[in-house]
Amino acid sequence: MNVTPPGELVTELQPEIREKIDAILVENLGKPGATMLVLTLVQETVGYISPPMQSYLAEQLDVPLSHLYGVLTFYSSFRTSPIGRHKVSVCLGTACYVRNGPTLLEKLKQVLGVEVNETTADNRFTLEICRCVGACSQAPVVMIDDDIAGRVDPSKIGRILRKYK
Amino acid sequence: MVYRAHVLISGSPQCIDLGAREVKATLLEELAALGLANEVQVMEVSTLGHDEQGPELVIYPEGTQYVDLTADDMRLIVAEHLLKGRPVEKLTYQEPPSEPLPPPSAKEVRVVLDNIGKIDPENIDDYIALDGYIALGEVLSTMAPDDVIAEMKKSGLRGRGGAGFPTWLKWTFARRAESEQKFVICNADEGDPGAFMNRRVLEGDPHAVLEGMAIAAYAIGAQQGYIYVRAEYPIAIKILRTAINQAREYGLLGKNIFESGFDFDIEIRMGAGAFVCGEETALMQSIEGKRGMPLTRPPYPANSGLWGDSTNINNVETLANVPKILRRGAEWFASMGTEKSKGTKTFAIAGKVARTGLIEVPLGMTIREIVYDIGGGVLNGKKFKAVQTGGPMGGCIPEKYLDLPVDYESLAGVGSMMGSGGFVVMDEDTCMVDIARFFMEFTQDESCGKCVPCRVGTRRMLEILERICAGEGKPGDIETLEGLATYIQDGSLCGLGQGAPNPVLSTLKYFRDEYEAHIYDKKCPAKVCKGLIEFTIDPEACIGCTRCARNCPVNAISGKPKETHVIDPEVCIRCGICAQVCPVDAVHVE
Repeated sequence: MNVTPPGELVTELQPEIREKIDAILVENLGKPGATMLVLTLVQETVGYISPPMQSYLAEQLDVPLSHLYGVLTFYSSFRTSPIGRHKVSVCLGTACYVRNGPTLLEKLKQVLGVEVNETTADNRFTLEICRCVGACSQAPVVMIDDDIAGRVDPSKIGRILRKYK
Repeated sequence: MVYRAHVLISGSPQCIDLGAREVKATLLEELAALGLANEVQVMEVSTLGHDEQGPELVIYPEGTQYVDLTADDMRLIVAEHLLKGRPVEKLTYQEPPSEPLPPPSAKEVRVVLDNIGKIDPENIDDYIALDGYIALGEVLSTMAPDDVIAEMKKSGLRGRGGAGFPTWLKWTFARRAESEQKFVICNADEGDPGAFMNRRVLEGDPHAVLEGMAIAAYAIGAQQGYIYVRAEYPIAIKILRTAINQAREYGLLGKNIFESGFDFDIEIRMGAGAFVCGEETALMQSIEGKRGMPLTRPPYPANSGLWGDSTNINNVETLANVPKILRRGAEWFASMGTEKSKGTKTFAIAGKVARTGLIEVPLGMTIREIVYDIGGGVLNGKKFKAVQTGGPMGGCIPEKYLDLPVDYESLAGVGSMMGSGGFVVMDEDTCMVDIARFFMEFTQDESCGKCVPCRVGTRRMLEILERICAGEGKPGDIETLEGLATYIQDGSLCGLGQGAPNPVLSTLKYFRDEYEAHIYDKKCPAKVCKGLIEFTIDPEACIGCTRCARNCPVNAISGKPKETHVIDPEVCIRCGICAQVCPVDAVHVE
């Protein structure tokens, strides 16, 4: 998990991120089940929940860090480190799986030059696998950020990626 | 204001991807420029059914459907159709000539999906115009909670999330429970891969779900509701937020609804990518802000649920049925379906079928009718092999059961289940061992790890299946799989573990010969399993176009332009892209 080279160890929470977190906390602190609510909102706004953010959140939510970390690592959509500018998720749900999803994934690995859960060197794309985005009638599907591209022809994937800078 | 014409434009993700936003912007500009803005109403709806040919729109009152639109097309449509009243023939939707299909709705009966595509989901007035919130008004002003439950009992509605528990009984338990506070939860954690019914309902008719929740809350005596929706559905979340705010503004949520003294409000909670949270106790743990791990039952949520209080959990589709039942009467609802399975059910038809998408049919329709009459048969004229229902906890139903009626008991009787409504068609090119491996990979990944048989057992089963698919299966593997399946079923707390072996057991039951071919003959009959196949290029057929070589992800193909190409089996990863891109079908699989 999260091995950061010693030279780059960031222990301080950046002020701009802290500001965003505080805005979420003000809205939701004290609501029942706030931990999960706050985590999903922080993930949505900041895009990841790093160790310093975890410590800060645990303190503010008044829960043990171990509890927060346990919740964080249970759910697959929480990330502990930043991702590339665009998230490319290949759907491998049943419908996509039987309609060439795996082939599409191989092609994306080639085009982007990365393995699953890796980010391209220019920090432009992070390649991921997801389980069903509910667009099964358009299988195979790849989700780029919040956009869904359906009936993707693997040999034409480059054209779809082009508009994400 | 009375409009002369209504334009419904599809805002589905696919259509937006294809340029629906630009088309809509041009439409609005053109209308304004021609002074038609007060005569023509433009509404964005969740889908109009031909997403792959988007951007798409429909103009009423004529009902003209236009597809594949560009900004220039819009100028033409506004000038011709909306200004002069002459539909632009060349842009209208045409049934694809190559695949003559019966009209899509011939056998369908739309109850839950009725409003979808007809109303603007972000405008509560549209829902109210189609009799929305009438049921809630009547319930609050004329019915006692027990009357509501009695009506639900008469309707025979059963849970649409999969297990099929009678809804009225669930409500009765919660009503009788003594608890200071009570909760109603809408389970919108639609996690089954291959299923997207709930997403469509949430995105297309959110108020039906809110109204259903309010009625359920009145029946059991709850004041607070939660919708637990998965984070993978950002559009649904956005539309729900709007819907809740609009309902609050109209006084349909909040304090003293319809002056009846009944208070009820709803909050959205998001899941974060954990399939097990679709299980009711895990879902409540997640709302409480904990790891979503199932609890032992009893106590059932009706007695001890969210924060220990009495809680009633229903699926999206179940709740969307509720207002319809109370408005149109239990007899009407019970007149559809079979003796034990009443009403309609939505299914997401996907996989190797000609017409994929969402359908709604009366329960009891046969698999054959769904696949052939509604789905248009198997894609590319291939042979039907099986249909997978019930998601990762369901099973594969073979050809011999094509005439099986689709209802709760019949599906369970052949080793599958209703589930939430996934309906994935598989053809002769689908390897059933590979499919079993696929589902096992899913369940072992999503197992929360609480029960050892599920945590360890699914991993062991997956390892065996992976070995079989790699061509390293051993005699005795099938028996070990069957043994493990029993332990996992018996020793797991929740539906995930208890159902995890189903895909393996059902494929073993109906397609045992495929397992044996993998293990003993080292052959994959469907030519899918990478360890058992090899790709070669037919030198006679190859025209040397270089497409395969250019598309190969691992550069395993060599050959000069206009000369025969050759695949290096050592480098080849058997992804099959070459076979897909070859213009002359020169790539063979053995």
